[in-house]
Amino acid sequence: MKKWLTLIPLVGISLLSCEKLLPPTPADNEVLDGPMDGLSPTQLQIFLEGDEAFADIFSPQTGLGPIFVATSCAGCHVGDGKGHPFTTLTRFGNYTNGQFDHLLHLGGGQLQNRAIPGYTAETLPPEATGISRFTPPAVTGLGLLAAVPDETLLALADPDDVNEDGISGRVNYIHPPSFFIPSGWHYSDAQGRYIGRFGKKAAAVDLLHQTVNAYKQDMGITSDFDLQEPINYAVASHPTDPVADPELPAATVQSVVFYLRTLKAPVPRSQHDPQVAQGRQLFMDIQCGKCHVPTMKTGVSDIKALSEIEFHPYTDLLLHDMGAALDDGYTEGSAGTAEWRTPPLWGLGLSANAQGGSIFLLHDGRARSIEEAVLLHGGEAENSRNAFQQLSVQERNAIIQFLESL
Amino acid sequence: MKPISILLFWTILIQCLGAQTPDSLGANKDAVYQRPFIFEGQKGNLTAAVGGYLEANTNYFSTDGVSEGFSMEMRRFNIFFYSTLKERIKFIAELEFEHGTEEIALETAMLDFELTPALAFRAGIVLVPLGYFNQNHDSPKWEFIDRPLVSTTLIPATYADVGFGLHGTIPLNSLSFTYETYLLNGLQDGILANTSNRTFLPAGKNEERFGEDNNGSPSLAARIAMKKRGLGEIGFSSFGGYYNTFKKDGLRVDEKRKVFVFAFDYNFSFGKAKMLGEAALVKTEVPSALGQAFGQTQWGIHADVIYPIWNGGLFGWENVRLNAAFRFEAIDYNVGQFDETGGNIGDHLLTIVPGFSLRFSPNTLLKVNYRYRWDTDLLGNPAVKTAGFQFGMASYF
Repeated sequence: MKKWLTLIPLVGISLLSCEKLLPPTPADNEVLDGPMDGLSPTQLQIFLEGDEAFADIFSPQTGLGPIFVATSCAGCHVGDGKGHPFTTLTRFGNYTNGQFDHLLHLGGGQLQNRAIPGYTAETLPPEATGISRFTPPAVTGLGLLAAVPDETLLALADPDDVNEDGISGRVNYIHPPSFFIPSGWHYSDAQGRYIGRFGKKAAAVDLLHQTVNAYKQDMGITSDFDLQEPINYAVASHPTDPVADPELPAATVQSVVFYLRTLKAPVPRSQHDPQVAQGRQLFMDIQCGKCHVPTMKTGVSDIKALSEIEFHPYTDLLLHDMGAALDDGYTEGSAGTAEWRTPPLWGLGLSANAQGGSIFLLHDGRARSIEEAVLLHGGEAENSRNAFQQLSVQERNAIIQFLESL
Repeated sequence: MKPISILLFWTILIQCLGAQTPDSLGANKDAVYQRPFIFEGQKGNLTAAVGGYLEANTNYFSTDGVSEGFSMEMRRFNIFFYSTLKERIKFIAELEFEHGTEEIALETAMLDFELTPALAFRAGIVLVPLGYFNQNHDSPKWEFIDRPLVSTTLIPATYADVGFGLHGTIPLNSLSFTYETYLLNGLQDGILANTSNRTFLPAGKNEERFGEDNNGSPSLAARIAMKKRGLGEIGFSSFGGYYNTFKKDGLRVDEKRKVFVFAFDYNFSFGKAKMLGEAALVKTEVPSALGQAFGQTQWGIHADVIYPIWNGGLFGWENVRLNAAFRFEAIDYNVGQFDETGGNIGDHLLTIVPGFSLRFSPNTLLKVNYRYRWDTDLLGNPAVKTAGFQFGMASYF
């Protein structure tokens, strides 16, 4: 018995060392997912409900398709990060005589290139002339971007390049969906259009608009907000799947929206590294910060943690002409075919952790490194690109190191 | 009709019915008691038994530093029914309660009718002879708390199906060869229509398979094995057939698609050490429109080593045996390259499980496992790491 009694302290020591045998928690600045600080217990509960819905994988029995691109939100935004070429969305339309037709009657503007078993996937119609591929963006920090008042965007815009700096950002006016409820700071023009701010072309007015569209166009999931399945004229105008519509209640969609609103902003790294500091200064010196605006501030929000917060997304949420090389002949809202909304640069250094160990940058993932992405900038960014090319190798590396620290 | 004719008609009818009754001793209202097992039991000729096993355990796991804390799990409470009316007619059934009453399943209900040891018929709900584990999965036999992943996520153990077939044993000196082959209703559409976002055979175990085949094309399973007395056994097995509902109401609504599984298993003793494991290769026809998340080729393996490190008396128990055990597992759920990038598709995992078991009897044991698992997602991003400790017990009764 004495032998067994001696085991008791050994077992105790073993139990104390258990924690050492468990995987460590990654540092907060090494992962994109997680709630922002300052949420109440109730808000955290809704955040978790949204997190669960965001990860839910749909099957034909739960409404997937019949045509789709991805089976879950998290399938495109792994770890809340950027997407991979495997989950790239294809948008299409026809551009003739200065008029863009989204070919809605032919299943435009988004291709659903996958189908549940027994169904036919959508293919690009021959009428499509403008075809663009969209890499899913990271979704962290979206709540902060959503809470920036329209007047901030209008103040940053310079559509006629009055200041003659060669940069003429402008807002994308869109017709919002019927379920859009404007807040006090939303601005509409004389045609009743509102300012879009989400998506590659800034064609979604808010996160609810973006989420409802993604459920429908990416997963073929109907909701209380949109009861129609995507069109596939290879089969019929509105082919159905075996599940009754709506396939998702409004409450679930709203929980996902809340989740997106309250995801933390990416936490920067190596902020005291002298090379990062040099890179930040050079970034501003060559005018990159004119579009990739470092700092923004939210207005008053219904979520206290989002209210009147200064944050650093490195975007102005405006459309800019990026030159002929990035003109796919496709557009949305009032954006030109060569115009793209400035993507936030925060979280850029963690892209590879969501893109399978490589990076795929710019709107369609064509750039395989940060440097390549910079060099593919044209149009309004041409001067900054040229200035970047004039820098020494060390200075370029400093900028890249700065961008990777975001 | 005259009364004499009516009387004659009823007399003939009663005689005819009487001739068709297997046992005319009892009234029809007592038919429920007019069953052979009752007669044989009353004569003392019946061998019938009820048994089962129970397994329960604790869990403490953490995934990338996030833990749900400590919890207890009542995994399974299984009841066996066995009966033999004659020496060569055997019946066995197994009723499983998993996680309390969360899942109740009739896991086995089959009849063996032996003509000779080399040829016996088997029919009913049978455990499909695919690999080693599927037919030999009772927790008290295993030193590990979790079941092997290759056996539960590629080979969809416990896979029971309605089937009919043959089995037998052919001895040859110190060797014996065994075979089993069955026609089965087979796995169904869930192989692809599932919420796992991968080709996943366990989701093909639709309950409807116990009622009818979803496509009218039976699947075939077979296993051959060679056993050497005192050394061990190796087995080769396969399963294949059409799995999707390609016709409804006589209309062809989809292409026919097959699934095929090949498995190899071994179970050896080398000195004191026991080594066992199995490997599986799965080939599934996947419609191209579904996309590459659903793999056409999958493989997996598990290898266990068990070594007794102490034997003796303990707390009044005799011949208590302490075993050290180690398991390695690897599975690739999607072998291939992305069309878009040419890079390898991920969706694979690795697991190591060191542990100890304390067997108080051959049928009762305590288990302690430490488990570390690396899950790589479809895109090949850095693996999610999960590790934890489990303590469990399992016993036949």
